[in-house]
Amino acid sequence: MSRVNPSRPVYSGLDPDPCAQAHLILADAEGVAAVIELFVKGDGAFAPRATLLSLAGNGLGQGLDRLGAKLLRLLPDVPALLRDFAERMADALMGTTIYVAGSEAFIGEAARLAGSYGIAFASLRTEHRGSIARRVQCVHCKSTEEQVVAATVICSHCNLRLMVRDHYSHRLNAFMGVWMDAEDRRT
Amino acid sequence: MSGAASLEVEVSEVAMVAHRVKRFRLVAASGAPLPAFSPGAHILVTLADGPRTVRNAYSLMGSPFDHRCYQISVLHTEQSRGGSRYLHERVQPGFRLSISRPVNLFPLAQLGRKHVFVAGGIGITPFLPMMEELNARAVSFELHYSSRSKDHGAYVSQISRFYDDARVRFYETGNAERLSMDRVLARQPLGTHLYVCGPERMIEDVMASAKEAGWPAGNLHSERFAGGSAGKPFTVALAKSKQTIQVNEHQSLLEALEAAGVEAPFLCRGGSCGECETRVLACERALIHNDHYLSPDERISSAKIMICVSRAEGGNLVLDL
Repeated sequence: MSRVNPSRPVYSGLDPDPCAQAHLILADAEGVAAVIELFVKGDGAFAPRATLLSLAGNGLGQGLDRLGAKLLRLLPDVPALLRDFAERMADALMGTTIYVAGSEAFIGEAARLAGSYGIAFASLRTEHRGSIARRVQCVHCKSTEEQVVAATVICSHCNLRLMVRDHYSHRLNAFMGVWMDAEDRRT
Repeated sequence: MSGAASLEVEVSEVAMVAHRVKRFRLVAASGAPLPAFSPGAHILVTLADGPRTVRNAYSLMGSPFDHRCYQISVLHTEQSRGGSRYLHERVQPGFRLSISRPVNLFPLAQLGRKHVFVAGGIGITPFLPMMEELNARAVSFELHYSSRSKDHGAYVSQISRFYDDARVRFYETGNAERLSMDRVLARQPLGTHLYVCGPERMIEDVMASAKEAGWPAGNLHSERFAGGSAGKPFTVALAKSKQTIQVNEHQSLLEALEAAGVEAPFLCRGGSCGECETRVLACERALIHNDHYLSPDERISSAKIMICVSRAEGGNLVLDL
């Protein structure tokens, strides 16, 4: 029996939006392959309308510069990429479709920014690539653990052993971590 | 959940505000403040015209910051099933009415960076409180309002008094002034939300243009006038309560059930909320789906019906009620 978790984001994969007047595409290192496939799927009108933001370095001779995008920007790190994304959204017009590919944490941060510009998660085209690591918020001290790959994690701030619930917050871009042995440690 | 929870109100003022449009001001019969509402909300007004009971939905068009009264605007429609004619011809100040609590199926998208409203005729009503709220919050918006003439368009002068020309634009369709959706849709900032309220045809056209221009479905919002509930008479058999009820040509299926004392679920009565979805066990003739809720596959399957607006093309219909 599979259970549907309505809070868990669904990443449906990248497909070109035939109605879009402009394409704004983001990929972290893990998302690059998905973006290359997106350009392959696009017709002749796709690349000339595409702005592609990704990361420099990582030995990124992966051919992003050969995709024919109208504009390619390779930023030094994820925070710089997201800042560039926000600046572009501030000037972008309706009819721009946003595509995000990469790790779950990266998609989540991009989605959170897009949300602050009035674009709902369901309106983004997203593809999850790479690590299954999750961001986890300790619901007790509100700090965040990055790169969590197990079902439990020790909060590095308050030292509680957390169980990672399958409950995702779009606002926080994190799964909820709840003290797992609370009953045993009554004080 | 039931949409039946009601409030008793008294009509405190009736004013003719445009050609065939009257505004009714309603206050609680008890004198107490009325429940708060958010812009875009509507109420159902119960109108007992002789043996018939009609419940019509009207958008709340007064200020969302005023809890002393609700205001609705009613167009006297030529093909009225009784509701609008009754309000226009019979209801005077001092008249008591039973209304539902406000329900909002057409809310503002709170994260929107800008809001574009497209109104056709009496479809202006939900946008009045929306503009008031956005104006108070200093959020950017624009209104494109079409009516046959300025005399046909309710609140034209009020709107132009409150809001500058950069934000509102009127189109007299009787004067060959046409709204160009291509122009409205072009050069809107990312994060703009579009809202349409008006005749069915207008809504379809606006939605189609927006989709073609690459606007995502999540940024498009529409509210239709209820309607389409009249048609051929038919018989409905209720499998659980073992009753057989006649639905006449001027009644909706839901109204016929209510007239027979059956408590069926409902909320919006406009075919959009999904509350009244009912299982169809058998139908002799085709179903006429007038709702905006069921998917195309669900319509074809004939396994479900939205009883507030949809009906059968005559014959006998068996429902799981």
